[in-house]
Amino acid sequence: MSDHDTRSRMPERAFFALTIAAVAVPLLVLLFLLVIVTRSGLTRLGWDFVTSYPSRHADHAGILPGLVGSLWLMGLTALIALPLGVGAAIHLEEYGKQSRLSRLIEINIANLAGVPSIVYGLLGLGLFVRTLHMGRSVLAGACTLALLVLPMVVMVSREALRTVPMSLREAAYALGATRWQTIRQVVLPQAYPGILTGAILALARAIGETAPLVVVGALTYITFVPDGVDAPFTALPIQIFNWVSRPQRAFVVNAAAGIVVLLATMLVLNGAAIYLRNRLQKKRA
Amino acid sequence: MNDKTMTTTRFAAALLLSVAGYACSSRPAADSTAAAPAVPAPASAPTAAPAPAAAPAPSAPAIIAIDGSSTVFPINEAVAEEFQKANKAKVTIGVSGTGGGFKKFCAGEIAIAGASRPVKPSEAELCATAKIEMIELPIAYDGLAIVVHPSNSWAKSITVAELKRLWEPAAQGKVMKWSAVRTGWPDKEVHLFGPGVDSGTYDYFTKAINGEEHKSRGDYTSSEDDNVLVQGVSRDPLALGFFGLAYVTENRDKLKPVPVDDGDDKNGKGPIAASQTTVRDGTYQPLSRPLFIYVNKAAASRPEVAAFAEFYLTKGEKLVNDAHYIALPAKAYELALARFKKGTTGSLFGGAGGSQIGVTVEALLAREQ
Repeated sequence: MSDHDTRSRMPERAFFALTIAAVAVPLLVLLFLLVIVTRSGLTRLGWDFVTSYPSRHADHAGILPGLVGSLWLMGLTALIALPLGVGAAIHLEEYGKQSRLSRLIEINIANLAGVPSIVYGLLGLGLFVRTLHMGRSVLAGACTLALLVLPMVVMVSREALRTVPMSLREAAYALGATRWQTIRQVVLPQAYPGILTGAILALARAIGETAPLVVVGALTYITFVPDGVDAPFTALPIQIFNWVSRPQRAFVVNAAAGIVVLLATMLVLNGAAIYLRNRLQKKRA
Repeated sequence: MNDKTMTTTRFAAALLLSVAGYACSSRPAADSTAAAPAVPAPASAPTAAPAPAAAPAPSAPAIIAIDGSSTVFPINEAVAEEFQKANKAKVTIGVSGTGGGFKKFCAGEIAIAGASRPVKPSEAELCATAKIEMIELPIAYDGLAIVVHPSNSWAKSITVAELKRLWEPAAQGKVMKWSAVRTGWPDKEVHLFGPGVDSGTYDYFTKAINGEEHKSRGDYTSSEDDNVLVQGVSRDPLALGFFGLAYVTENRDKLKPVPVDDGDDKNGKGPIAASQTTVRDGTYQPLSRPLFIYVNKAAASRPEVAAFAEFYLTKGEKLVNDAHYIALPAKAYELALARFKKGTTGSLFGGAGGSQIGVTVEALLAREQ
């Protein structure tokens, strides 16, 4: 009997160990990266570093234009990609569910999510910078990043809408609600947490992108921060990449400090989104 | 959710949509990075004389847009930093490579292009069709160093002919061992490291060693990031690589530079090691190259651009050294400044034959006088 017990528990335990490993491995790698980067960048981290402009003297150089540029990009990208993405998801999921066209669109969106980011950069260069005359501005960069993350926003939002039970919609209809009222007052509030998760993922992807921004025309050296959507800009990853490729080793320390700033920025953005999600979840309960 | 919050949410959503819609559609076509409108400049126009009456008085500081080579970037950055301390104009610098820089330059998007090789005929043609004239200004020297692993005991020097044997297109898959480069060297594999084929550095090296720009064997480890090459060579006892001298100076303990013999005793006998001195006096040949900036002639009539170029050529020497490159002789800066003030367009260094190899900058500039 006990023999049988241990035997049946074996796979259970093995699986449990596997899941622990699955959690631990990425966490350890991330921790390793964090420790190394923080240790090598520690000497440069400080208020000065965050508030200074780039310089040829590594110990005076700061990351302000990159940081502000990235914040501008994230803000504008969210403003553009979220309404469009959620709107598209609502249409596909709530209005056009059955049509062949909507299935075709679904396949295409899934494919778009796999297109290399440099291709979006070229698209942004042709469409936003040249055709729409946005110039090499922070707006053109944000529109490009918005396109890049749009498939992800649409897909995750659709998944979130799909998890709302059909019975809730039917109940709303039974009470005489119109389709719009049902979506607005029943479906969307239920789906918000899922949609926000999608937004977090999308912004986390966008903040690390370099290649499309370089194609669109992000600068490397700039000593002022954007004062509007048509201003030239740079972003954190671009500044970090520039420092990494310099011959002087002191710049590599700056790069490490820059990476810490990038991670911290992402953490703050994600933290805000998670806070918002939890509040919405509580409200719903 | 009660009705009130719903209304707020709806309002917020509507606001977001309208902002996004506005953001992506309508926008004034004004492009702050574009070069000045093509003002017909008289041949002797670009002088430093500030002309507030002639320039449209902008409320925001004027922007001098620079783009181009990553090799020239550190010098541009140093000059921009110092220039901005004394001037109101703002400088922005992008890094899209020498070729990418010329594309933007010929589209009139930037005032100045940094280049680690002279303009190619095809690029000059592109600019000519767009009616954009360029003033070519040499600003510094860079040495391309040949490096091996510190434990390498055999490669004490190398000749240009041997480098060619190693790097020419025909060597691909054939010259795989050190012994095939010079008899007496060990019968071990040779591992090659070099910059990517899109870089001006690669173009110059292939022209200087193989005789033809952009032609070399393809089976070598390439990277656009020279620090990656430094890492590669420093970890591989059988490696040989080439990249900018600045990266050797900063990594003396990890790399061993190999003196190069060009077989021409007129510019120094025997193998010559790359250094600030040998690059500057023209004895480290043929792997010393000039670096350039190209100024849009129409943009040069803007006072801030003219001031920047003149600052570059008068105060540049120290800044070039700061950036770990090699300053030109003072005479060369004088000649370049004269060239700029005259507004001489076209390329002295490039032309149909590609890069001029083994000619000093001042000799070339003086030839024009």
